[in-house]
Amino acid sequence: MPRVVSVVINGSVVEVAEGATVAVAVSLAQQSCRTSVTGEPRGPLCGMGICFECRMTINGKPYSRSCQIVCEPGMDVRTDEQ
Amino acid sequence: MSSRDQLRYDVLVVGGGPAGLAAAVRAAESGMRVAIADDNFKLGGQIWRAAVDGENAEAAPWVKRLQRANVTVLCGLRIFDQPYNGLLLAESLDDVCELRYEKLVVTTGARERFLPFPGWTLANVFGAGGLQAMVKSGLPIHGKRVVVAGTGPLLLAVAAYLRRHGAEILLICEQASASALARFAVTLMQQPEKLTQALQLRKELAGVALSTSTWPLAAHGNHVLESVTISKRERSQTLGCDYLACGFHLVPNTELAALLGCKIDGGFVQVDEHQQTSVPGVFSSGEPTGIGGVELSLVEGEIAGLMAAGKSDVARRLFSKRARARRLAKALERAFRLRPELTTLPSGDTLVCRCEDVPFSRLRTYGSWRAAKLQTRCGMGACQGRVCGPATEFLFNWKPESVRPPISPVRLASLATIVGASESVHSGLSGGH
Repeated sequence: MPRVVSVVINGSVVEVAEGATVAVAVSLAQQSCRTSVTGEPRGPLCGMGICFECRMTINGKPYSRSCQIVCEPGMDVRTDEQ
Repeated sequence: MSSRDQLRYDVLVVGGGPAGLAAAVRAAESGMRVAIADDNFKLGGQIWRAAVDGENAEAAPWVKRLQRANVTVLCGLRIFDQPYNGLLLAESLDDVCELRYEKLVVTTGARERFLPFPGWTLANVFGAGGLQAMVKSGLPIHGKRVVVAGTGPLLLAVAAYLRRHGAEILLICEQASASALARFAVTLMQQPEKLTQALQLRKELAGVALSTSTWPLAAHGNHVLESVTISKRERSQTLGCDYLACGFHLVPNTELAALLGCKIDGGFVQVDEHQQTSVPGVFSSGEPTGIGGVELSLVEGEIAGLMAAGKSDVARRLFSKRARARRLAKALERAFRLRPELTTLPSGDTLVCRCEDVPFSRLRTYGSWRAAKLQTRCGMGACQGRVCGPATEFLFNWKPESVRPPISPVRLASLATIVGASESVHSGLSGGH
């Protein structure tokens, strides 16, 4: 079994395989990454840090591109960004 | 303001894909003090992403040489400004650093071209390379139903990769015609290594349907993708699926080169036979200079690295190899040209700019990218037009505008460093570009 890492997504603990990005963890938790300016829930598109659709607040830092950040134990992830 | 590292290199390479690795290796092996910077957390670029740990036979020798040549690896750094020649500012997760260089090699790669169609903003509609990147980053794909659509050889590579990881590939939709693909195959046959790769892909995709002259019309679902309707040789068909991986070939990342003042023509960074841009001391290789794939990127990277180290005699010996690889680039461009029918994909309420949620109906009345930006905020959001720019160029023939720093969104504290760095410019140095 691969090792797992626990992160906190919007207050709930989610376990993912070690090495997974935050975008993957959020997708596995069946959450959207952000809400668009007209209120649409959005998920990642490009997977490579270009489109900014996966942006969210990670450890208090807004505008973090979750597809380029690997999950670390205890990370605090919030997906309430516009 | 956060503390700042000051780093100085003979040769700085920006972009850690094949072109960047080759450039860094060749320059460092020639005795230069070299660093390679990338905004991802690992080297390899998109094509060798997660393959640089030794699993990829093609990437492994370059990574080994990079380590042996003592190249400094700077991952997770996003360059956002050049206050003056020879100094770049970059932002990491929690800091800003100054990168000083004598010679610069811009190997910033390419991104996928996305075209808007109804439903393309639903969750689980990804770029083709986008879904692959997510799977490489840990997204489980086993048993999932995937439709792969768009254009270009990337579709096949992505489909094969996803299938290897247990995905059920329902269909590969290629917008190019069968005859265009046949002509492309003829070019491949002239390049043994490419032909071997193509045959390997074909073997891996045995039993998977590839449909030419086929493209997505609409994605459906309630916030999350449930199905996709495609146009298959003028008939529509709807397929239930978990993921749509959809990309329309590649567009070069030229923002950094443009910021540095390098001449850009037809969307590509202009270089001479030495991979030298119009700005002295600045070289560029790989996709920014023309979409040509790994082989071309590697040989162009080698030439740039050698030239940055002043080894033009060694670089010259690689010119014929480069000429051969460029033939493929030309064939790619011909074969996967976008068909005009794709301009009719968006309906009035289809969002073209996903950052500012600007629908197609609001854009089509404007005559230029600039007018549309000013009136609708199209392209003014977080991605700075990296997604909707290439789309509106195709849909409306709008030309992109000059870039301005910061070339990617940065924290306010990082912006403050632009002011700090400008103040430290001595008189006589150029302060602009």
